[in-house]
Amino acid sequence: MDLTLKVWRQNGPTDQGKMETHSVTGVSPDMSFLEMMDMLNDQIIRAGGDPVAFDHDCREGICGMCSMFINGEAHGPSRGVTTCQLHMRSFKDGDTITIEPWRAAAFPVVKDLAVDRSSFDRVIQAGGYISVNTSGETLDANAIPIPKPQADEAFNAATCIGCGACVATCKNASAMLFVAAKVSQFALLPQGQPERSKRAKRMVEQMDKEGFGNCTNTGACAVECPKGIDLSTIARMNRDYLSATVKED
Amino acid sequence: MLESKIPSGPLADKWTSHKNHINLVNPANKRLIDVIVVGTGLAGSSAAASLAEMGYNVKAFCFQDSPRRAHSIAAQGGINAAKNYQNDGDSVYRLFYDTIKGGDYRSREANVHRLAEVSTSIIDQCVAQGVPFAREYGGLLDNRSFGGVQVSRTFYAKGQTGQQLLLGAYSALSRQISKGKVQMFTRHEMMDVVIVDGKCRGIIARNLITGELERHAAHAVVLASGGYGNVFFLSTNAMGSNVSAAWKAHRKGAFMANPCFTQIHPTCIPVSGEHQSKLTLMSESLRNDGRIWVPARKEDAEAIRKGTLRANDIPEENRDYYLERRYPAFGNLVPRDVASRAAKERCDAGYGVNETGEAVFLDYASAIQRYGKTEANIRGLKNASNEEVTALGKEVVKAKYGNLFDMYKQIAADDPYETPMKIYPAVHYTMGGLWVDYNLMTTVPGLYATGESNFSDHGANRLGASALMQGLADGYFVLPYTIGDYLSNDIRTGAIDANSPEFETAEKSVQDRIDQLINNQGTKPVDDFHRRLGRVMWNQCGMSRSEEGLKQAIADIRALREEFYQDVRIPGTAKGFNPELDKAGRVADFMELGELMCKDALERNESCGGHFREEFQTAEGEALRDDENFAFVSAWEYTGDPSDSNLHKEDLKFENIELKQRSYK
Amino acid sequence: MSNSGILKSSLAKKYVMALTGLFLCLFLVGHLAGNLQLLLKSGAEGQRAFNEYAQFMTTFPLVKILSYLTYASVLFHAIDGIVLTMANRKARPVGYVNEKGSANSNWSSRNMGILGTIILVFLVSHMQNFWYQMHFGDIPNDPNGLKDLYGVVLKFFSPENSMSLFAVVGYVLAQGALAFHLSHGFASGFQSLGLRHAKYTPVIEWSGKIFSVLVPALFAIIPIYLYITQQ
Repeated sequence: MDLTLKVWRQNGPTDQGKMETHSVTGVSPDMSFLEMMDMLNDQIIRAGGDPVAFDHDCREGICGMCSMFINGEAHGPSRGVTTCQLHMRSFKDGDTITIEPWRAAAFPVVKDLAVDRSSFDRVIQAGGYISVNTSGETLDANAIPIPKPQADEAFNAATCIGCGACVATCKNASAMLFVAAKVSQFALLPQGQPERSKRAKRMVEQMDKEGFGNCTNTGACAVECPKGIDLSTIARMNRDYLSATVKED
Repeated sequence: MLESKIPSGPLADKWTSHKNHINLVNPANKRLIDVIVVGTGLAGSSAAASLAEMGYNVKAFCFQDSPRRAHSIAAQGGINAAKNYQNDGDSVYRLFYDTIKGGDYRSREANVHRLAEVSTSIIDQCVAQGVPFAREYGGLLDNRSFGGVQVSRTFYAKGQTGQQLLLGAYSALSRQISKGKVQMFTRHEMMDVVIVDGKCRGIIARNLITGELERHAAHAVVLASGGYGNVFFLSTNAMGSNVSAAWKAHRKGAFMANPCFTQIHPTCIPVSGEHQSKLTLMSESLRNDGRIWVPARKEDAEAIRKGTLRANDIPEENRDYYLERRYPAFGNLVPRDVASRAAKERCDAGYGVNETGEAVFLDYASAIQRYGKTEANIRGLKNASNEEVTALGKEVVKAKYGNLFDMYKQIAADDPYETPMKIYPAVHYTMGGLWVDYNLMTTVPGLYATGESNFSDHGANRLGASALMQGLADGYFVLPYTIGDYLSNDIRTGAIDANSPEFETAEKSVQDRIDQLINNQGTKPVDDFHRRLGRVMWNQCGMSRSEEGLKQAIADIRALREEFYQDVRIPGTAKGFNPELDKAGRVADFMELGELMCKDALERNESCGGHFREEFQTAEGEALRDDENFAFVSAWEYTGDPSDSNLHKEDLKFENIELKQRSYK
Repeated sequence: MSNSGILKSSLAKKYVMALTGLFLCLFLVGHLAGNLQLLLKSGAEGQRAFNEYAQFMTTFPLVKILSYLTYASVLFHAIDGIVLTMANRKARPVGYVNEKGSANSNWSSRNMGILGTIILVFLVSHMQNFWYQMHFGDIPNDPNGLKDLYGVVLKFFSPENSMSLFAVVGYVLAQGALAFHLSHGFASGFQSLGLRHAKYTPVIEWSGKIFSVLVPALFAIIPIYLYITQQ
């Protein structure tokens, strides 16, 4: 199939940036979206141009590196998938596709479609862990039974891949779903209880410091999340933060 | 010359007694010592976090935009540990034995035993960190079984075990970053190691955003840079996975061990066309319940390839469940190398089931029926109809493998609940890597290699769910102790000077190489060469190898390398973000490694594990090992050109296990 | 809660939004109950009932407290909304060229600011029309000696009044905005406070939908009814 691509080009964080139009021909419906981008870049390089920079790595939907805003949606029109798992059979011959980077003050553009998501790392560093040193002398793994439903729910929250689609898709560029997923994972496990309040408080503070927007409960993040993390995580964080606030002396 | 430093004493006591006798660095002195860790996968993150917890000053590097993205994250099936929670007779010894046997007797006994010993601590540690492993209704941890073993010792978190373990290690690393004990350098690539007075004293790194070169000095350097499966272009590795850090170390004196030992994973989604950029694995755990087959009659296979017949239309008696037929004892759960070769054998014989003739079926129909019946019994549904049983069975399968099935559906546009999946082997893991001694130190003093980047534990074939085990064992429980033995001599050294002439020279040579690449006035993009290299490697140094083919491959690779330096075109400049330039450097290294792999495969006149030489097979087509002449580790020394590399042999001594022809029949 | 840092956090702002919003929902119920007097009774009986109600609402001490709470809620709800909107603008300095919000969220959830602004404008004129008249205006007394707010209301929506048609249309449109505002705001308030439960959240969401249709609809019927019945 033949496609027209409108791609965002921006040479560094301070550049103004603009849309650029390219056409690609002979795209196979079996290609992944990124393979189509490879094809575009191959074409650009052979013609002596500057290829489109974009982030990608595992290409199987788990590393969270790929990040394209396709036709007005984070990771494109399909649900439950990342850009690398989006296949060209989701488009029609002759389509015009717009491709933009994640846009948020907390995700400055590195180049073209690649953005800097280190703000997410700093949020995790603020408290997204359980403080336990490596020793090999912790409790036996089966010492604390955890009810299966609770373990499953913690797992569901823990499947977040940190891609940033929630921020990209939120009209306020809020990072609530990302932060809440980590807060929830540990809040649901017995191991996470000792630091529960402190964790929620610190991670929210860091989130605010990074310049993410505020949550207005539109629910767009949960719809676009490739891992299907749901809004109950955000409610849990709201609760935990509230109780952390009340408890504080 | 090769000193493996295996401690003396009985096998089961070696590690404990070694730990009790090696030198330690006291806490006050640890603060004076800097360690560099390259790579932040399971091995790197866990090592960086543990070293920082102990008090060392750590600098960690990764080329991705966050340490959480390392390719360990993509491991699906699980992690082994000899916990024996299922009471099925598992033990440290049995895990040790299975691993040695699975590796076709080409690994070091002492290393493997240590791995089995610490495996139980890994699970404890991960649970303490909040890793949400799968649990049973009683609240205790669940296990599943994997290929090549007869016990259930694999801990898992749905099909995302690697992700959960890596996020655990990443959270430990993040904690140390927040304390300032680890300085994290993301989007940085290691370009070279720096050797001062015969010791590794730092690295030259490149900031991938600005393109600037940086010097980082330390008392020791740990490489945890992963495997080199991407030399085949198409593999299940991430696009960025590369050999460059290990290869640079090799060029500076670290020996490369068993480079030809590559694992071809039997259950991957088949190649769909020329455009393909990578292959996707379907977890080995699927072989627990799925049955692998091809049509028993050639005409059926041909009809399926033409699209005139569907898999479900072939009656039971006309199906060839070839793994169950050939290996009744292990059936669909034979080790990966055996399963892969058996698939290739059927496809080569003309029984393949997709357009290219390179695919076999992985069928869940009977598992769906089996689970459906059990579930109907559990729910007390007597005389459940076939439809009800099927629906219940699908529910159970969905709960166990849902995300894998979804992934298959997404990529192959086919519903695996209704029709059998099509699978084919693909490059997945490299057992070979930098040669290390018992302490995980390479042949360069002060330079360590952990995880997939070293060669140490898996011999000629790795068992499923053992890569995660090794990565975390090395990073959490082995290296942090053994490195102290070396660093204890450095407590009076003081900070290493990054302005020494050695750093100067190293940086200059890195700069020259970058200039050479970026200034080349060629016509073809980097991927063009990478694809062609991959094709040569897959055809001649893949699932089966021959003397003739390997010799041809070496000639082809040398020609391709020459063409690369003449005709590669790299757009942009060396300053600023330029992913094409990053890729060019990596592919250049792959082209040297590929040649060494072929040379190593040519030298090893036997078949063992993932290395199958057509000239050496039994009458039944099984791998024919030659323990008399090849029970050694090949360790290659770089001398300026891969074809002139010197071979050093480390003889493998088996004192606790009797060498036997591997049989899964 | 002594730490001002906490009060400044994005979550605290959400709690304020939710608490004031949910309180205003309660206020709407009270206000509606009073207004319905205009529908249920007419003539002298209706006049008496409504004016007694108006008298009660402006003088009873507990109601006084509630009304101050209401003023404060409106104020904080509006200011908080403006602060949040401004911060959210700043969080995405460069907008998308192509953004398909409809694919993943409701229109009203994305336009609470605009809806809120419409409601605020309505509120100012509404208070000017009646509240100000009641408190500070020169309203004649009814036969019972009470301020005849009933008469003011009737006159306001009477076809004899040249501006009344505009008033009716304006009031109805404002209730439409309120309906959309509530259709997101009601359930959203519970979510912001962390009140979410697998079993009860669907109930809350349904109640929110019913509330957001019913309350504005009943409010909107009144001016229409008064306009038509006085023809």
